[in-house]
Amino acid sequence: MLIIDCPNCGPRPETEYGYGGQAHVAYPEDPHALTDEEWAQYLFYRDNPKGDYAERWVHSAGCRKWFNAVRDTRTYEISAVYRTGETRSETQKGA
Amino acid sequence: MAADQTRRIDAGGAIDRSTPVELVVDGTTLTGFAGDTVASALVANGRLRVGDSIYRGRPRGILSAGVEEPNAFVLVHGDHDESMLPATTLELVPGLDVRLLDGIGVLDQKPDPAEYDKMHVHADVAVVGAGPAGLAAARAAAATGARVVLLEQDFRLGGSLLASPAEVVEGVPAAQWVEQVRAELEAAPEVRVLIRTTAFGSYDNNHLIAVEKRAEHLDGTARDGIPRQRIWHVTAAQVVLATGAFERPIVFADNDVPGVMLASSVTTYVRRYAALPGREAVVVTTNDSGYAAAHALLEAGASVQVLDARDEGASPVVASAAQAAGLRVRTGCAVVGIDGDASVEGAWVARIDAEGALVGDAERVVCDLVAVSGGWTPNVSLHSQRQGALHWDDDLAGFVPTAAVRNQHLAGAVRGTYWTDGCRAEGDAAGVAAASAAGFSAASRSTVIGADAVAEERVARAGRTRQLWVVEGREGGYATHFVDLQRDNTAADVLRATGAGMRSVEHVKRYTSISTGVDQGRIGAVNTIGLLTRVLSGDDTRAIPPGQPGQDETASGPAAGAARPTPGAIGNTTFRAPFTPVAFAALAGRSRGDLFDAARTTSIHPWHEAHGALFEDVGQWKRPWYYPRPGEDIDAAVARECRAAREGVAFMDATTLGKIEIRGADAGEFLNRLYTNAFKKLAVGKARYGVMCKPDGMVFDDGVVLRLAEDRYFATTTTGGAARVLEWLEEWSQTEWPDLDVVCTSVTEQWSTIAVVGPRSREVIARMAPDLDVTREGFGFMEFRETVLASGIPARICRITFSGELAFEINVPTWYGLQVWEDVAEAGADFDITPYGTETMHVLRAEKAYPIVGQDTDGTVTPQDLGMSWIVSTTKDFVGNRSYSRSSHRAADRKQLVSVLPLDRSLRLPEGAQLVEPGALGDYTGEGLPSRPIPMLGHVTSSYHSQALGRSFGLALVKAGRDRIGQTLIASFEGRFAEVEVADAVLYDKEGARRDG
Ligand SMILES: [Zn+2]
Repeated sequence: MLIIDCPNCGPRPETEYGYGGQAHVAYPEDPHALTDEEWAQYLFYRDNPKGDYAERWVHSAGCRKWFNAVRDTRTYEISAVYRTGETRSETQKGA
Repeated sequence: MAADQTRRIDAGGAIDRSTPVELVVDGTTLTGFAGDTVASALVANGRLRVGDSIYRGRPRGILSAGVEEPNAFVLVHGDHDESMLPATTLELVPGLDVRLLDGIGVLDQKPDPAEYDKMHVHADVAVVGAGPAGLAAARAAAATGARVVLLEQDFRLGGSLLASPAEVVEGVPAAQWVEQVRAELEAAPEVRVLIRTTAFGSYDNNHLIAVEKRAEHLDGTARDGIPRQRIWHVTAAQVVLATGAFERPIVFADNDVPGVMLASSVTTYVRRYAALPGREAVVVTTNDSGYAAAHALLEAGASVQVLDARDEGASPVVASAAQAAGLRVRTGCAVVGIDGDASVEGAWVARIDAEGALVGDAERVVCDLVAVSGGWTPNVSLHSQRQGALHWDDDLAGFVPTAAVRNQHLAGAVRGTYWTDGCRAEGDAAGVAAASAAGFSAASRSTVIGADAVAEERVARAGRTRQLWVVEGREGGYATHFVDLQRDNTAADVLRATGAGMRSVEHVKRYTSISTGVDQGRIGAVNTIGLLTRVLSGDDTRAIPPGQPGQDETASGPAAGAARPTPGAIGNTTFRAPFTPVAFAALAGRSRGDLFDAARTTSIHPWHEAHGALFEDVGQWKRPWYYPRPGEDIDAAVARECRAAREGVAFMDATTLGKIEIRGADAGEFLNRLYTNAFKKLAVGKARYGVMCKPDGMVFDDGVVLRLAEDRYFATTTTGGAARVLEWLEEWSQTEWPDLDVVCTSVTEQWSTIAVVGPRSREVIARMAPDLDVTREGFGFMEFRETVLASGIPARICRITFSGELAFEINVPTWYGLQVWEDVAEAGADFDITPYGTETMHVLRAEKAYPIVGQDTDGTVTPQDLGMSWIVSTTKDFVGNRSYSRSSHRAADRKQLVSVLPLDRSLRLPEGAQLVEPGALGDYTGEGLPSRPIPMLGHVTSSYHSQALGRSFGLALVKAGRDRIGQTLIASFEGRFAEVEVADAVLYDKEGARRDG
């Protein structure tokens, strides 16, 4: 079980969290300005890297806040967590 | 009393001779001593023979003294019989009554009355294994003040030292050293030593899962109040794996006859248990370690002959010790066959060549025990479960870890370190390193042998192991050369697999079933891989897909025609948890029966129970399903309940609906963006039905939203969707629109909701709330009122309907729910007000084609598909809107919600029945499978008998369904076919005349 370091609550077990997929996939400013293909990209296509992956988690059984984490998809090690709205480079430590 | 222990050695052993313990085996009473296992008690009584083999029914004997045992399994009789426990690890306790099994157990059908529990602990350093390496690691880590957990599967600490109690460790006999370390660890405040505890799983983040046997070794009433087993969840900053190694047998003809045993296990029986497995022994070994068994047997008074498969014989130190002890040793020899059926009567011994084939004639040696050592396999299971790298070490003749997993450390035999002081030194270094990495530094330390020095010595200390993967028999063939004794697989089976074209070890495993037994390949896996190196060419091995544990990374295998591949060219099968079998009951812990899951009940629940309701699980909620009267079946009860709702008045507990309050200056704008229809301009005091979709345009949830105030809405959700919807609202407000002033709160538990339904519901509400104007003009559809009931209880009453009838919903604070329900029952008594459950609710709503999200929809259904285009706003944007202009959403053949009417008016179609064109069946009769696929048009999503229509009906999602209204289709289910007519989804009161009463 992963221990995930909630930016608000600190380290808590994985079972308290929900997973939200890739981070930094913003809802398009004006969906109607997009082609079908561009809209489909937003709906269905996500990165699948072998290595560091910035993704969203929500502390469902804690502060109920969404935040971002950088997780290595090979080792499941989380190298950084940062609040929604912050960018990855500002806070990411190590890795 | 101990007179029957004919094979008990007079002195020594870690047994308590003052405490005899009786054991019943297949109805016969034997005696052993405290400290025995069932297996060692059998050995002490001269019984090596256990059950027969699983398929071939061959007599089998005790092979090992540990968790790798493939033969000696027992069923333990008790309140709940437990099967397939290895006799080699089952502690001898008073009252044990066991039956020897033939390799297969039967699950006891009686409930297991024992309790099981779980513990979660966090540690700085977790050490797995309490041999010399693990004990030294735990001691070193504990000395730093780190919080240490030491996990040992045996009921004693010591590991390999238990079989060499006289060996000197740090200047004292091993047994004494173990006691000293144990005392040190127990005195340390932050150390927890868990024996009888097997770490069986290793997961990300150094999360170890272990099972502790807590009560089985206790006697009678001492077990009371103690859970039988406990699952430990250990999360450790650092882990030290000191998990040891397993000895491999040698594959020769009839190597499964009782009396053929692993050499190190023979040593264990002699030295740890003072039990002598044989009086005339042949020890056959490919490496130095087998000599220890010969010394142990000789000291115990047995006659011993050593066959060393290596032409050069043992390493000098070992050879001279053998000579000094007067051991008879023959080199370049092996056992090539066994005489005896149910026990070893003799061994055929011969010189063997480089291929393992006989040179000259075999000689018959009379013996009753053959102790075998085919080399050692590091126990890398936990390491490999974390994808820790392995490689084949040709000098150590084993798959060894290449490097420890991050935040883990390896010490001792798991690395191929096969001598005690090396293990101790490596353990010490690992303990210091682990504690240091966890932030604890060692105080002054005197003598630390560097781990590097151990590594340099490792191969020399192990000596050379001859990689003798198979020994030819005196006759041709390999049909009794057993590779996996538990699965009854032989070298011939491996050859059959390769003959069938299998190359990958994973394929060979599945073709033969080798390594799929209880011992998970601990006995047979590496010998199988070794055999493959004998029969596969370099070309063959190059064809093996990469990625197996321990497989060489580069394109391996020598060029065609060159020397044989090594086991590294093939790799190992994948290691998975659990390391040893774990009872499901232990994994379940307390989560059984009533504690399996939380049960949510409404405040009105006691009334439902008192009035005979049958319940249905909806998520965790217990909802009344229907309320049968004496003599009524479900159909009769539901028909009566439906009639009451359509013709008189009925009431239902709707408390389980999800309820969410949405507050903030931007609450209206927020809801506008998430619901397909508009809420920003909804007037205070009004309600509106809304649908929420995912960005892909598919229906996600629905419900009624009330506007309580300018900045305050109250939304209901489906019973099962409450948590999902709250998360959905929070996600959008936090991640996409943090600028909107909005806060969402679950209030499901705060409100009780009572639906009062039917033409006479107005009269009931008028009695309940005398201050309220309930007239048609004074209280419009989709409005709500805050009022005070006649009882003085404040209530929020809404005029909404989920049946199409005139209906009201009374919302009161939860703690008033039961009283208000009873008041409604009383107020409606002279109208024969009837309670109804979910079944009637479903029929009533289906007659009106009100969809149930998750039943009539499945994540691929849009509001338009449901015939609800009217709810999709064209004047504002919302999540999902963009998708409706995608070509896939405009396709003419989208599945649409319609109703289906079986021509047989009494036939209730099963939900999920497929719908096809009448001509599509061809000659398919429903027997077996059709000769070619039949195109599906859709399926039935809901199906009931309608009391109002006097017939059965269903809702269905059908391709271009609305264009098919009036057509006849075929419903296919359970090998049967039935004609159905497609009809408009709404079957009852399509004009909506009834909702206003
Ligand atoms: Zn939190």
